[in-house]
Amino acid sequence: MKAVLENYRENIKIKKKNSILHSLKRDSLLYLLLLLPMAYILIFRYAPIYGVLMAFQDYNIFEGISGSEWVGLDVFKFIFEQNSFYRALTNTLVLNLLDLVAGFPAPIILAILLSEIRYVRFKKVTQTILYLPHFLSWVIIGGMVYLLFSSGGMANTVLSSIGIGKMEFLSQKTNWLIMYVAIGIWQSVGWGTIIYLASIIGINKELYEAADIDGCSRLRKIWHITLPGIKPTIIILLILQIGRMLSIGFDRPFVMGNSLVSEYSDVISTYVYRIGIGSGDFSQATAVGLFQSVVGLIFLVAANYIAKRIGEQGIW
Amino acid sequence: MSRKKRINFTDISIVLFITAVSITCLVPFLYMISLSFSSNEAIISQKVTLWPVGFTLETYKTILSDVEMIYTLGYTIVLTIVYTLVCMFLTICAAYPLTKQRLKGRSFILTVLVFTMYFSGGLIPSYMLVKNLDMMNTMWSLILPGAMSVFNLIILKTFFASLPESLEESASIDGCNELGILVRIVLPLSLPSIATLSLFYAVDRWNGFQDALFYITNKNLYPMQLKLYQIITANQQLDTQQGEGSIGAYIVPESLKAASVMFATVPILVVYPKLQKYFVDGVMTGAIKG
Repeated sequence: MKAVLENYRENIKIKKKNSILHSLKRDSLLYLLLLLPMAYILIFRYAPIYGVLMAFQDYNIFEGISGSEWVGLDVFKFIFEQNSFYRALTNTLVLNLLDLVAGFPAPIILAILLSEIRYVRFKKVTQTILYLPHFLSWVIIGGMVYLLFSSGGMANTVLSSIGIGKMEFLSQKTNWLIMYVAIGIWQSVGWGTIIYLASIIGINKELYEAADIDGCSRLRKIWHITLPGIKPTIIILLILQIGRMLSIGFDRPFVMGNSLVSEYSDVISTYVYRIGIGSGDFSQATAVGLFQSVVGLIFLVAANYIAKRIGEQGIW
Repeated sequence: MSRKKRINFTDISIVLFITAVSITCLVPFLYMISLSFSSNEAIISQKVTLWPVGFTLETYKTILSDVEMIYTLGYTIVLTIVYTLVCMFLTICAAYPLTKQRLKGRSFILTVLVFTMYFSGGLIPSYMLVKNLDMMNTMWSLILPGAMSVFNLIILKTFFASLPESLEESASIDGCNELGILVRIVLPLSLPSIATLSLFYAVDRWNGFQDALFYITNKNLYPMQLKLYQIITANQQLDTQQGEGSIGAYIVPESLKAASVMFATVPILVVYPKLQKYFVDGVMTGAIKG
C-alpha cells in the first residue's frame, strides 16, 4: 500500500516537472521576449534597492558597499537630529498639502464645466489648449514664470501701469507659496480633467433625461447625478494623492526655488540631491531617501487599505 | 423642449469661464514670443506685454547661428528618438507575454514589476549604480535608467488584452508562431496605443532634466533642458537680490531667454496636437484599469 502511494506521489512529481518543462518549451518564445525587460528591471530597479545598504554604513566611496564599515542606525540617528532634515520634511508635507487642498478640486470643477459645454468644436479646441501645459518641462515653466513674474516681468509691468505698483511674486515667502501652488494647478488642471471626463461619459444618460422630465435645473443635475456618478473616481484619486504625501518631484521645487525662499522650497528630493550629490555624503542622503521610500510605502498601503474598507476599488 | 435648442445664461458663462482659463494657458506663450522679438531696450524699460516692441529678429539670429545650440537640439532629438525606441521595445517585449493567462509564473513576474512602482532604492543608490556602470557623462545614463515605465507597460498590456482572441487563434492555426502573431497582428492593431506611449516616452525624455543634472557634467553632452536651465538661471540670482545688472556678471538678455524657451517648446507644440486624439483614449484605457 505504502509503496503504491509512494509510486503515485513520484508519478505526480514527474508529471508536475513535465508540465513545467512542457510549458517552458511551449512558451519559450514568450519567455525569451520577457528576458530583456526582466534583466532591465533587475539591474536598474532592484540593484539600487541593494544600494540602500549604504544607509547603514559609513559609506566609503573607495571601498564600496562590501568594504565599508557598518554603523547600524547611527546615520538615521544623526539625520533625525538635523534641523535641515525636519525643514525639508515639513516643507514636503506643507507643499503637498497645499497642492491637495487647492489643486485637487480644480480638475473636478473644470471637468464638470467642460462636460456641460455643447459646442463640440469649441470644446475640442479648448481641451487641446488646456492639456498643453502638461507637456512642458518644469525648466520651461520655470523660465516662463521667471520672465513673467520677476521684478521686470509682464505681471509687474501691468500692475504698475494700472497703478497698483510692483509685487515681489517670487522672492517674498508667502507669495512664493501661492505662486508654487498656482503654477502647479496651471500645469496639471487640464490634464487632470481627462480621467474625470471619462467617468462622466460613463454615467447613464437616462438619468439626465429623467431629471429633465422632472424639470431639474443644471445645478441640481450636477449635484445629484454628475457628482455622485464620479464619486468613486474622486475617492480613488484623493486617496492616491494622500498616499503620495511624502513623495515630491524634484524638478518643480528645484526650478521654482531661489535663494530667498529656500526656507520653504527645500524639500526632501532637493535635500537628498544637495547632501548626496552636492556634498558627497552618500550614507546620509541614502538614509533620507530610504526613510522617504519606506514611510511613503506605508502611507500608500494604508491609503489603499482605507479605500478598500470604504468599499471602493483600491489601487491593487 | 429639447436640450439642444435653448442657449441660456449658464451656457454663456461656462463658455466665458473656459475661454478665460484657456487664455491663461496661452498668455505665457504670447509673452515669450513677444519678448523674443523685442529689442533689449524695450524689455529693460518694461514696455513689452503681449506684442513685440522694437521688433527685431536679432535674438533668433543669435540662437540659430549658435553652433552649440543647434548641436544641442540635434543631440536631444537623437537622444529622444533612441530613448523612445528602447523604451517601446522593452515595453512591448514585456507586455505581450504578460497578456497570456496560461504563462507560468505570470503573476509572480507582474508582482516583481509592479513592486518597483511603489518602492525604489532612491536617488543616491541609482546615482551610484550609474556611476559604477561607468555611464556618467554618456548618452546611456539618460537612456537606460529610465527605460521602460511599468505604468506604461500596464497600459499597453491592458490594450493588448482587449484585442479579440479569435484573431490570434486563427493566425496560429495558419501556422503563425507567437512572434509572428505579435508582429503581424497585435502590433498593427495597437498602433494608436503605441503612438500614445511613444509620445509619453518622448515627452519625458525631451523634458527630462533631473537625471541630466545628476549624470552629465560635460557641457558638450548637455541635453536641451539642462542647457536651457543654464541660460535661464545665468543671472537670475542678481534679480532676486534686487541688483540690476552688476558690471562684469554674465548677463543673458531676457529676449534670448524667452527665445530659448520657445526654441525648446516648439518641437512639442508641433508634435503634440497631431497625436492628441490617440493619447486621450490611451490615458483612459490606462486610467480605467489603474
